[in-house]
Amino acid sequence: MTAPVAATAPPSTSSGSLLSKLEIDSRMIGMLAALAVIWIGFDVLSGGVFLTPRNLWNLSVQTASVAIMSTGMVLIIVTRNIDLSVGAILGVVGMIIGVVQVQWLPAYLGFESWLTAPIAVLVAITVGGLIGLFQGWLIAYLAIPSFIVTLGGLLVWRGAAWWVTAGQTIAPMDTRFKAFGGGVEGALGATATWIIAALACGAIVVALGLSRRRRVRFGFPVRPGWADAVIAAIACGAVLGAAAVMNAYPMPTGTARAWAEARGIAWPSGGLFIPQGVALPVLIAVVVGLVMTFLATRLRFGRYVFAIGGNPEAAELSGINTRWTLMKVFGLMGVLCGIAACISTARLNAATNAAGTLDELYVIASAVIGGTSLAGGVGTVAGAMLGALVMQSLQSGMVLLGVDTPLQNIVVGAVLVLAVWVDGVYRRRIK
Amino acid sequence: MIQEGSMIQEGSMATDIAAPVQRTPLVEMRDISIAFGGIKAVDGVTVDLRPGEVVGLLGHNGAGKSTLIKILSGAYRPDSGEIYVNGEKADISMPRDAKKYGIETIYQTLALADNIDAAGNIFLGREVRTPFGTLDDATMEAETRKVMARLNPHFRRFKEPVKALSGGQRQSVAIARAIYFNARVLIMDEPTAALGPAETKQVADLVLQLKKEGIGIFLISHDIHDVFGLADRVSVMKNGKLVGSANVSDVTQDEVLGMIILGKCPPGATPGPGAG
Ligand SMILES: Nc1ncnc2c1ncn2[C@@H]1O[C@H](COP(=O)(O)OP(=O)(O)OP(=O)(O)O)[C@@H](O)[C@H]1O
Ligand SMILES: [Mg+2]
Repeated sequence: MTAPVAATAPPSTSSGSLLSKLEIDSRMIGMLAALAVIWIGFDVLSGGVFLTPRNLWNLSVQTASVAIMSTGMVLIIVTRNIDLSVGAILGVVGMIIGVVQVQWLPAYLGFESWLTAPIAVLVAITVGGLIGLFQGWLIAYLAIPSFIVTLGGLLVWRGAAWWVTAGQTIAPMDTRFKAFGGGVEGALGATATWIIAALACGAIVVALGLSRRRRVRFGFPVRPGWADAVIAAIACGAVLGAAAVMNAYPMPTGTARAWAEARGIAWPSGGLFIPQGVALPVLIAVVVGLVMTFLATRLRFGRYVFAIGGNPEAAELSGINTRWTLMKVFGLMGVLCGIAACISTARLNAATNAAGTLDELYVIASAVIGGTSLAGGVGTVAGAMLGALVMQSLQSGMVLLGVDTPLQNIVVGAVLVLAVWVDGVYRRRIK
Repeated sequence: MIQEGSMIQEGSMATDIAAPVQRTPLVEMRDISIAFGGIKAVDGVTVDLRPGEVVGLLGHNGAGKSTLIKILSGAYRPDSGEIYVNGEKADISMPRDAKKYGIETIYQTLALADNIDAAGNIFLGREVRTPFGTLDDATMEAETRKVMARLNPHFRRFKEPVKALSGGQRQSVAIARAIYFNARVLIMDEPTAALGPAETKQVADLVLQLKKEGIGIFLISHDIHDVFGLADRVSVMKNGKLVGSANVSDVTQDEVLGMIILGKCPPGATPGPGAG
């Protein structure tokens, strides 16, 4: 068909509020504001202990595992499904890699081989992925509701976790593997942190520039130049600020002394300030977040996931292989559980069959607090990770204030319900 | 993957309108039946479509029109019956198969993913990708702007999920999706149900233009005037059965109404199994 009318020149973005000029998701702003309120509130209540580099560093490490899993849960919920088994998968995978690196591999490689950690990670990702694919197959091809399959999975994999060693805890982990848990082995140090931050800033600027150039080339409306500059400045400021905070947290004296001795550095009388820098699990979480965002927004796979969530029938009619797509989503979730299992096991320096208990609830809550709609079709990876940070902030803050565990649970539960209510009100208002 | 336009080579089309009857049918559905539970939604229906021809499919609510065309578009598998494309037996078991044969469908329900924008919907399942394998959203948006300019020149909401669009705008998106890709057979299930008079006129013009390009069109509509204005032939269904088919020049509108309501086949029509 020959288009009689050429594409008409689109009008430039109409004048609107500052936020609409910047094209920033106002819900994201709301979440950041909520996070700021929580952080400042806890800081005031704790007498200035919450917003210290030490606490923020710990917070970042504690958030990593749930944040990683929440990125997969977003996609699952977007397709109108649920996964109740993530904590149990984390548990069984953690036990398996514990056995692999403490009992199996040493038989061939000896203890502390440099191959142990990579093999353990590979096993974690493979086993997690296979479990996820299997559950996905039951859901997509046998049409068993995901709620049931993963509820069953919760029991099965938790039981399997016990079965691996008949309930015995396995410790300690391989030294190199322990880096995945953060701690001294997994802190990257000041220089690496600054380099990573600088690279990230460069990437932000390049990405904004490229997307702008592309839109200009096609004659699409672009946001004003100053708005792009403001966005770049805010994003780079956040990255550099986070790097500065991570670098402001020094190693504890004992570890620092051991670190200095290992490198033949004389221990000065005033002690040494050795910055920890960003922790490996946090870096992994950030990379996972970026990769998952890329999958969800830039690839056909992500487009299909959202189409299935928006209208499963339409997705089917447009020729999408909806079953295979769904199976892949669950497989991906399993892989993320495997990565999270590495982090939790390394952080604990032990594999226990209770690892990841209740994580499914935190992961689902993170996704939902982060704006994922349980009705399907709506959700962002970044929102879910921010949701995980909100949840972990609440918990850490309450621990800091000495709130009893039962009360912590009450607060977290109430916040979840409140967050979803506020989100619903907001959605109805703008629509 | 991007075909800018003219989906079918023009050329031998000038004579089609005058004498469509002589050519091999573009599509032939023979003796198609399908039942849902106990209900025979389509029961032994035979219809055909020639290049450059518009066939109106008529019938009251629940007659089985949508079900019949969903079999052609690969959404349902028939219990029995065969489909021939260009005289050769075609195996259409999923929507992708139908698209391979150049059969595009505008569904009555529109079948849009509400949470995705117009471009995302138009290219759903057939995304344009960059050399790196990522979605080429800019190209898809540019193509969408072109095809929408033709259907709905006032359309501007390219960045919003189609949920935010009006019924008519959504319908334009569904039509755009069907005509963008080199269709040879176009199925339009109530394409103008939500459109205003201006847009309806645009769709009518579009139908005539596509017809001139040699595309065969199944047009399902409740508006018998619309159908008489555009169609070369009509096929009428009642309770899942074919009442009959006729050239519009051989029957009156009243006679066709009689076919729809009473299932009575007039002398100018070829009766089907459902004629009573
Ligand atoms: N998926 C399905 N499951 C069960 N029954 C169905 C299904 N699809 C259609 N039917 C039944 O088949 C019959 C034909 O429906 P169909 O949608 O084809 O009618 P139609 O001619 O398109 O009607 P309308 O003019 O209202 O669109 C109806 O009785 C309907 O209830
Ligand atoms: Mg219908």
